[in-house]
Amino acid sequence: MTDARVPVTFTVNGEPARLTVEPRTTLADALREELDLTGTHLGCEHGVCGACTVLVDGAAVRSCLLFAVQLEGADVTTIEGLSPADGSLNPVQEAFRNCHGLQCGFCTPGFVVSLTALLAENPAPTDDDLRQGLAGNLCRCTGYQGIVAAARQAAGTGVGQ
Amino acid sequence: MKAAEFRYAAPTTEAEAVALLGEHADDVSVLAGGQSLVPLLALRLATPALVVDINRVAGLDGIERANGHVRVGALVRHSALTRAGSAADAVPLLALAAPLIGHFQIRNRGTVCGSLTHADAAAEWPLVAVTLDAEIELRSAAGARSVPARDFFEGPFTTARQPDELAVAVRFPAWPDGAGFAVEEFARRSGDFAIAGAACAVEVRGGRVTRCAIGLLGLASIPLRADAAEAAIVGTAVGDLDPEAIGRAATAELEPPTDIHASGRYRRRVGAVVVARAFRTALGRANDD
Repeated sequence: MTDARVPVTFTVNGEPARLTVEPRTTLADALREELDLTGTHLGCEHGVCGACTVLVDGAAVRSCLLFAVQLEGADVTTIEGLSPADGSLNPVQEAFRNCHGLQCGFCTPGFVVSLTALLAENPAPTDDDLRQGLAGNLCRCTGYQGIVAAARQAAGTGVGQ
Repeated sequence: MKAAEFRYAAPTTEAEAVALLGEHADDVSVLAGGQSLVPLLALRLATPALVVDINRVAGLDGIERANGHVRVGALVRHSALTRAGSAADAVPLLALAAPLIGHFQIRNRGTVCGSLTHADAAAEWPLVAVTLDAEIELRSAAGARSVPARDFFEGPFTTARQPDELAVAVRFPAWPDGAGFAVEEFARRSGDFAIAGAACAVEVRGGRVTRCAIGLLGLASIPLRADAAEAAIVGTAVGDLDPEAIGRAATAELEPPTDIHASGRYRRRVGAVVVARAFRTALGRANDD
């Protein structure tokens, strides 16, 4: 197939992004390779691990299961867009640090994005809500206890209210 | 884990979409939520020449109540059915089944009609569609037709939908007020496809079951109904019903598939348990008035 690249315009972390991509380019690859937003991580690349979770129009989604060409006009928020510009940590990130919710850190951006979306929709989650909400992100280091503790702390601080 | 090359089209009307499907029927995939299709593309289990993205087609995202049905359009996401307060409340099985699908990130994108046309034998919407005798509305450039759920699923990942047809909606019949519903499934990890599952709908009048539907998931290559067990239940006094015996009866004749997740024999035993649980819960929710 010759050059079948497609132009697409969307917003990423409040900034306009204008790309010309092959239709098969996923949003995750476009973020990392075209826009240098490498905080979005790719683990499984088929929707299982959750490391690539981003917000599209406010909803948490797998960026490896969307093609960039589908994003025309959409509003995308990545882990970079959830962190304060001065390099400090937001309350969800701080909870992960306080509670040892990460070891190698590979899965952490996906957890932080998912938890941010969960708390935005449900500011007073039960323990079961938190565990169900975290079930779509895989971590191979921590055994999840630190992550669940971080989620509880983040929920307790009222993030998302 | 990168998809092979394909051409991309994003029509904005149903007519345009079905025209594209008709023109390229030999090598085309429909992209709605993409939660099943994109993994197939990434793993190169599917390598269509053209992907038709229907997300910009107007008028496909409605949930409507009409003529005793709830009609769910092709772009309705699973997550829309996890929230109360929509027309979908008339079919309680929808809100009971939706939270069992994948994880919330998947439910934000995946669609009901996409799950039906993908036709995984362990998926929830095919189970609900077969349990309630839903009808799938298909449209092609040549016209429209409705296919009953029991005729729609032909085998694993195989349906009555032809490559030039778009599943534009599914109609789930509403049962009368007072009917009880439940879905139960068993998966080894939260969000995984279930090893076995069951959906039940029960109507009780004057202390007897007057209507009953039992659907089975993961126990064959397509979702099934437990017809003989249903027939034995209808007319029986509520006090004489034994959910465990119903579970065994509903699954006794089945020869479920063996795979890396479970042997066929184990699947059948799990099936009997989930049918019993679903039936007991549905019966408890049925209001005899």
